[in-house]
Amino acid sequence: MFKYFPHTEEDLLEMLQACGVSSVHDLFADVPEAARFKRDYDLPQALSETDLRLFFEQLTHPLSTQQLICFAGAGCYDHYAPSVVQNLIERSEFLTSYTPYQAEISQGTLHYIFEYQSMIAELTGLDISNASMYDGATATAEAMMMAWGNAKKATRVLVAETVDPKVRRVVDTYAHFHGVPLQLIPAKNGALDREAFDKELAGGGVAGVIVQQPNYFGIVEDYTGIADAVHEQKGLFVINANPSDLAILKTPGEWGADVAVGDGQSLGIPMTFGGPGVGFMACTEKLIRKMPGRIVGQTLDNRGQRAFVLTLQAREQHIRRQKATSNICSNQSLMALYVTIYLSLMGKEGLCEAAEMSYAGAHSLCDKLLATGKFQLTFPDQPFFNEFCVDYDGDLDALLDEATECGYLAGVKVGEKTLMLAVTEQRTPEEIEELCEILDKANH
Amino acid sequence: MNRTLYGNLIFELSKKGRRGYSLPQDYDRTHTTAELPEALRRKEAARLPECDELTVVRHYTNLSHNNFGVNDGFYPLGSCTMKYNPVINEEIAAMKAFAGLHPLQPVDTCQGALEVYFNLQQSLAELAGLSEFTLNPCAGAHGELTGLMVIRAYHEATSVPSASAEGQRTKVLIPDSAHGTNPASAAVCGLEVVEVKSLPDGTVDVEHLSQLLDEMGDQVAAMMMTNPNTLGIFEPRVLEITEMVHKAGGLMYYDGANLNALLGECRPGDMGFDVMHINLHKTFSTPHGGGGPGSGPVGVRKGLEQFLPTPRVIFNEEEKQFSVEVPEGALGSVGNFFGNFGVMLKAYAYILSLGRENVKNVGPLATLNANYIKERLRDDYLLPIEGLCKHEVVFDGLVDKSTGVTTMDVAKRLLDYGYHAPTIYFPLLFHESLMIEPTENESKETIDAFIDVMHKIAAEAKNDPELVKSAPHNTPIGRVDDVLAAKQPVTTYWKSIKA
Repeated sequence: MFKYFPHTEEDLLEMLQACGVSSVHDLFADVPEAARFKRDYDLPQALSETDLRLFFEQLTHPLSTQQLICFAGAGCYDHYAPSVVQNLIERSEFLTSYTPYQAEISQGTLHYIFEYQSMIAELTGLDISNASMYDGATATAEAMMMAWGNAKKATRVLVAETVDPKVRRVVDTYAHFHGVPLQLIPAKNGALDREAFDKELAGGGVAGVIVQQPNYFGIVEDYTGIADAVHEQKGLFVINANPSDLAILKTPGEWGADVAVGDGQSLGIPMTFGGPGVGFMACTEKLIRKMPGRIVGQTLDNRGQRAFVLTLQAREQHIRRQKATSNICSNQSLMALYVTIYLSLMGKEGLCEAAEMSYAGAHSLCDKLLATGKFQLTFPDQPFFNEFCVDYDGDLDALLDEATECGYLAGVKVGEKTLMLAVTEQRTPEEIEELCEILDKANH
Repeated sequence: MNRTLYGNLIFELSKKGRRGYSLPQDYDRTHTTAELPEALRRKEAARLPECDELTVVRHYTNLSHNNFGVNDGFYPLGSCTMKYNPVINEEIAAMKAFAGLHPLQPVDTCQGALEVYFNLQQSLAELAGLSEFTLNPCAGAHGELTGLMVIRAYHEATSVPSASAEGQRTKVLIPDSAHGTNPASAAVCGLEVVEVKSLPDGTVDVEHLSQLLDEMGDQVAAMMMTNPNTLGIFEPRVLEITEMVHKAGGLMYYDGANLNALLGECRPGDMGFDVMHINLHKTFSTPHGGGGPGSGPVGVRKGLEQFLPTPRVIFNEEEKQFSVEVPEGALGSVGNFFGNFGVMLKAYAYILSLGRENVKNVGPLATLNANYIKERLRDDYLLPIEGLCKHEVVFDGLVDKSTGVTTMDVAKRLLDYGYHAPTIYFPLLFHESLMIEPTENESKETIDAFIDVMHKIAAEAKNDPELVKSAPHNTPIGRVDDVLAAKQPVTTYWKSIKA
């Protein structure tokens, strides 16, 4: 007997008898002999719970998996989340349920997704949010296909070079197979090259333009005028935004974007080696029926109570098959719950306060690094939020190795000489000070 | 589950000035966001709720009481494999050392995490009878899309350069009984869907397939198959099918949605499949989380490894070290980093808990449970296809159609008795489909009790049909108005207070 299998010998006998067979293997009599698997799997023997714990404790020994003080970002951030978030997430009624098809016994899930949609709409300044997507990169690819599907006679989609290269790799992959020609708009001093953009746009046939805010290098860009120019061609303006910064920054809606996408990881979700996170997608009312993914809507039940339900399902794969707006059929529901509880706790003030602290920390770190005389800003005079790039003339790899030995993840190398550092509200003034000292004293 | 509606929205509990967090106040305030040009800042603060901590804790606890999960009761949702989600796996995935890991850490500081990734992909390869897996896709449909991309990349790399546009392999054969994601994934991947008919017994019409291959064999990129198929029936001619498609130059794609039935008994690779995905949230017990996160690893047979997406986790035998590689010529990336690592931890813990001696019993026990239900319910529920089923069984509504009680009514009445409903109105082959998947974790007592309730509902349909037609009666809400929701969509709180 194994702890996840309840069948006793007696149960087995009775059940086999009811099925008119003498062994469970007889239930596979319809599997052709040549396709039968007849040996044991080449897998380890079962581990007891005690041994399983030991096994993972060994894997997480500092020699194999090291906890570093994190100054890295590049799409994954070490933000604070109140203890309540993880505790509520583990409630089995949320954790062990399926997609809320049966609205009568899924109001918990449907309520929080409705709250999530409302919060994302509010942060992005747009009308509609879906119930979430896999991650920021795939959400951006979905937005690219949405723009392509929305256009009548377009020939391409423009993507800014300042969009995270990891995101661009995913958009490139989807575009290649979906048959969407992409055009890269180069960067100038770390931001969108407006001259090149205007020129490219003048060529016409643009289904959509994809930019990032703050961009990959942490720069807060000025996108004034872009929406109008894109709309003149009936294209969609897509902004990939970091939602935690949207506490302070001008919203995609205010920039005139039609679609906002991004990664919700910075809203209370642990880094966990890059996943699971959550992608968000919001759009204008006009585009609601072109949106991919689940959407929860408000309605009434037959007792007159306000209730919530999955709606506009005629867009989706299980109804429309190959004509659906996307192949996506899940959402990252539980991760959307992280975001919802996090935003409920942080609230209107807390999100701003965390953003202010991150901004202050990053700028303090930047001042201190520049003061050492060993670093220069890679993109001088560009405003940044909580992430920035500096150039280092010495051996950057050796410098980073030394920081690692001291227990610091000093950032992400984004060029031969360029280091990108991110600061969140989790980084204390002492840690900022110590990192600067380590980087200053290193002799590489 | 609480059978009365809690019903509040967090916004309705908000009161100006309340807060549910605390942050350190001692930090360098030399710089503030007021430095940013006004044109870059939002005009008004986001209208997020303002609540104290206890209000938030009670709110979400109360919401959870209006939800039904596997831990609450039997969840026989066909095609979704609602297994028990072992608690120890949650403990492991939440370990600080993993939760606090940045994906771009130097590889020598995250060898433990890379080892989990690598070993899980090795284990899946053994279980599937394939050569190598990527764990990067985030869900089943994402895996399907990735697998089709692998197939297209393979054809692009191996096709004759002079081949005309017509000569390219852009068609994908999909049985009409397939899940909707199959054709949808094919469309996203830029492939044209060609439907293969089913026979009255629900299996693939091999003669129709043969005809299609004669007509367009040189344009076929792949055939997608779910086996056991969406009716829970093993495709008896699968070996012939894979051989025919291979002969025409196409690849065989295995949709792993129903893999659970086969654990211990047969492997997709041994049936001739070239590419497949696995839903870790089905076969490998990771929780569905109300719709995600899942994980959809994609495996390939020998010779196709170079087409898998990046980044890839490689083990260097000489240095005894794991590394992360982005090889040239690969497919590209399908997600931010390495996929849903937290989900992989749970799946790996599950495989290690079961071990080789228990994994092999998963398919047989799941199949026994389903066949037992089939035999015990066929007196009252119409069994449209005779013979063995695998991990799930499909009925075509009640035997007695004279009562007017539909599959929808039966499903809703089950909610009153404390069960989740089976999958209904899928597969589309029958009008009143009712698809039951019990999984291997359910005891005979649980199943017998469910069977009794199903019989009771059949009796109610005869004696008091209105009671069933107006169900559910004993749930937080009654049946909802779907038309109202779709006609004038209200999808945010802001819209609801305006309305």
